[in-house]
Amino acid sequence: MSAEQISGEYNFAYLDEQTKRMIRRALLKGLAIPGYQVPFASREMPMPYGWGTGGVQISAAIMVPEDRFKVIDQGADDTTNAVSIRRFFEKVAQVETTEKTTEATVIQTRHRIPERDLTEGQVLVYQVPIPEPLRFLEPSEVETRKMHALEEYGLMHVKLYEDIARHGEIATSYAYPVKVEGRYVMDPSPIPKFDNPKLEMSGIQLFGAGREQRIYAIPPHTQVVSLDFEDYPFQRMKAPQCCDLCGAGESYLDEVITDDAGGRMYVCSDTDFCRERREAGHVGALGVAEDAA
Amino acid sequence: MKDMTDIDTGPLLRVEGLAKYYGSRVGCEAVSFDLHPGEVMGIVGESGSGKTTLLNCLAGHLAPDRGHVLFDRAGRMVDTVTMSEPERRMLSRTEWAFVHQHAHEGLRMNVSAGGNVGERLMGLGARHYGNIREQAVDWLGRVEIAEDRVDDRPTAFSGGMRQRLQIARNLVTGPRLVFMDEPTGGLDVSVQARLLDLLRGLVREMGLSAIIVTHDLAVVRLLADRLMVMKSGQVVETGLTDQVLDDPQHEYTQLLVSSVLQV
Amino acid sequence: MKQEQGGTMISVQDVSKTFTLHNQGAAVIPVMEGASLQVAAGECVALVGASGAGKSTLMRMIYGNYLAASGRIMVGDVDVAAAAPREILRLRREVLGYVSQFLRVVPRVPTLDVVAEPLLSVGVEAGEARARAAALLTRLNIPERLWGLSPTTFSGGEQQRVNIARGFARQYPAMLLDEPTASLDATNREQVMQLIEEAKARGAAIVGIFHDVEARDRVCDREVDVTGFTPAKVA
Repeated sequence: MSAEQISGEYNFAYLDEQTKRMIRRALLKGLAIPGYQVPFASREMPMPYGWGTGGVQISAAIMVPEDRFKVIDQGADDTTNAVSIRRFFEKVAQVETTEKTTEATVIQTRHRIPERDLTEGQVLVYQVPIPEPLRFLEPSEVETRKMHALEEYGLMHVKLYEDIARHGEIATSYAYPVKVEGRYVMDPSPIPKFDNPKLEMSGIQLFGAGREQRIYAIPPHTQVVSLDFEDYPFQRMKAPQCCDLCGAGESYLDEVITDDAGGRMYVCSDTDFCRERREAGHVGALGVAEDAA
Repeated sequence: MKDMTDIDTGPLLRVEGLAKYYGSRVGCEAVSFDLHPGEVMGIVGESGSGKTTLLNCLAGHLAPDRGHVLFDRAGRMVDTVTMSEPERRMLSRTEWAFVHQHAHEGLRMNVSAGGNVGERLMGLGARHYGNIREQAVDWLGRVEIAEDRVDDRPTAFSGGMRQRLQIARNLVTGPRLVFMDEPTGGLDVSVQARLLDLLRGLVREMGLSAIIVTHDLAVVRLLADRLMVMKSGQVVETGLTDQVLDDPQHEYTQLLVSSVLQV
Repeated sequence: MKQEQGGTMISVQDVSKTFTLHNQGAAVIPVMEGASLQVAAGECVALVGASGAGKSTLMRMIYGNYLAASGRIMVGDVDVAAAAPREILRLRREVLGYVSQFLRVVPRVPTLDVVAEPLLSVGVEAGEARARAAALLTRLNIPERLWGLSPTTFSGGEQQRVNIARGFARQYPAMLLDEPTASLDATNREQVMQLIEEAKARGAAIVGIFHDVEARDRVCDREVDVTGFTPAKVA
């Protein structure tokens, strides 16, 4: 019996040290082979699968007491999922948490990359539901692993071909497949394809799929290319509007239905980015000027 | 048109002493033959005679226990049994083709006809949607599938159409050797005739070599230049197709030929 | 493969044939022994003998359809009795034509293509092959409206004429004719006789079975009675 259990406390960041070492080994392998899916012995976490157990295990494995931890769910710091995971680590690791992208050292995310560029030393941890980009067309895991090993990626383009054949364009708008460092095809998790160009960044990106027991990673400054056709090149897409709160024209927007008469507004999906802009005095069409500024 | 069976060139495929065992049971044993460019060979025999085991060993789907399967690559005979898996898989996507008896085993049923045909092209690095689609439509035409079906999935196709789609999907990269496992099995007689006619035309136009496994003697009479008759995993007779069918020498072949209902 | 007029094109040398009937206690039936036959370029030889004497058997052995038990069967420079399947196939494609009594074709293939096929298989350009096929079909009085249909639906006489057209589409140096004038009316019979004479004139060596005595007398230079090749104990 360890001291923690006798005293009724959790080990730092919930996971036992053995498990954390196992996960770190998987992370190091993932960083050494960018885009390659490393199998790992995913643990039961005190939350259901689908709530980010893969991301939580990675965060737990890399966390040190000095970290400042931020969690976003589709860009927002204030959703149930984000709040729950933040509170979880406040409780089991007593780390400082923050909503500010610039201040955070570890950012766990579900389905977004923060608008503000990450810098060296920052780590972005993704929650991944289905890590295998080829799964859509090839149900056999044995076969997909072989395809990765042999770089047989024609099938990935079959998926894009089907998109164009059916919709007249590559309609895949999230979880858009990328090729990492000219070698492995990777599912960037269900981030909007608007975020794909930001996958080439200064920070470290770690991806965890708890249920599927896979970890993969992109080291800083790694080449990440979105797949496309010569005559249907990759296109970054967002709503044509500007943020109604902060007026930003270049950020990824959420559409918010405001009444049952068709009223709607567009707001930055990255709540921290939007707050920062508003604090700096930017005002959108439906926004109110910040008094504090 | 090139001379498809140039007698002076070497074989395209050379099989030496091929054997496959399932425990103590013989799958196939002591199989040796040469297949030359443009030649179509039929392998006949009843269910369990080892013909499908043999085909799977030849095509690299099964690892034989003994023997060699040599294939001509740019004038050099390379052993496909001992070559690395990536190389063999590359071969089966480019210079080889495999037509399954059940089309759904050889097609992606949730992908459009065009995507099915285009997959091998994209696998070889084709990255221009317009060109891929153009080639897909061209190939659909060659197997008599209307252009307006290019975006339909094979689930919406009849059995004969699926089989033709499978053939188009396989031939789009211009392979030199096609393995066929009961290509007309399970199809209506009239649909079979159309498929046979189509296959014959494609074999001649493209100068394809083919190995066709079937239990249907009428199919080999129309498609195959020569025959190999198998029984209990052994080759019991080989020869020119019409000679084997009209003047069978081996007891089993005589039984096989005399068992066919005449119409 | 062009032969001098008078040079030996087909040479059957001391050929024997047996059938082994495995379903009857592996009984070995000798059906032919010591068969020999020479046919020169430009010559037409008729095989004669009673029904069952082995005329068709000998023809089939020359074509490579039946396996000879012993002896040599030279057609040009190929020994059919010993050649590999692909050598026989090349011989059939380039040298040795065969007009059988029965038409065996893939269903659904139009008549014109059936006739043009021997030309297409040796690389004759499609338009030219079809033109020659059309000329032959016209000559044999197959109405043009039938050319696009499969001959499988034709009457016996029409099928026989399609078969002949197919057999004569290529100008083979050696030909085997099995009852080429059977079931033909006078006009078409005359056309076939002329086709045979033209083939002889350009130097083809021909072996034929003709029950039509008048036709035989007109086109054949000599007769070989296959009864002489029948093994003693069977005869």
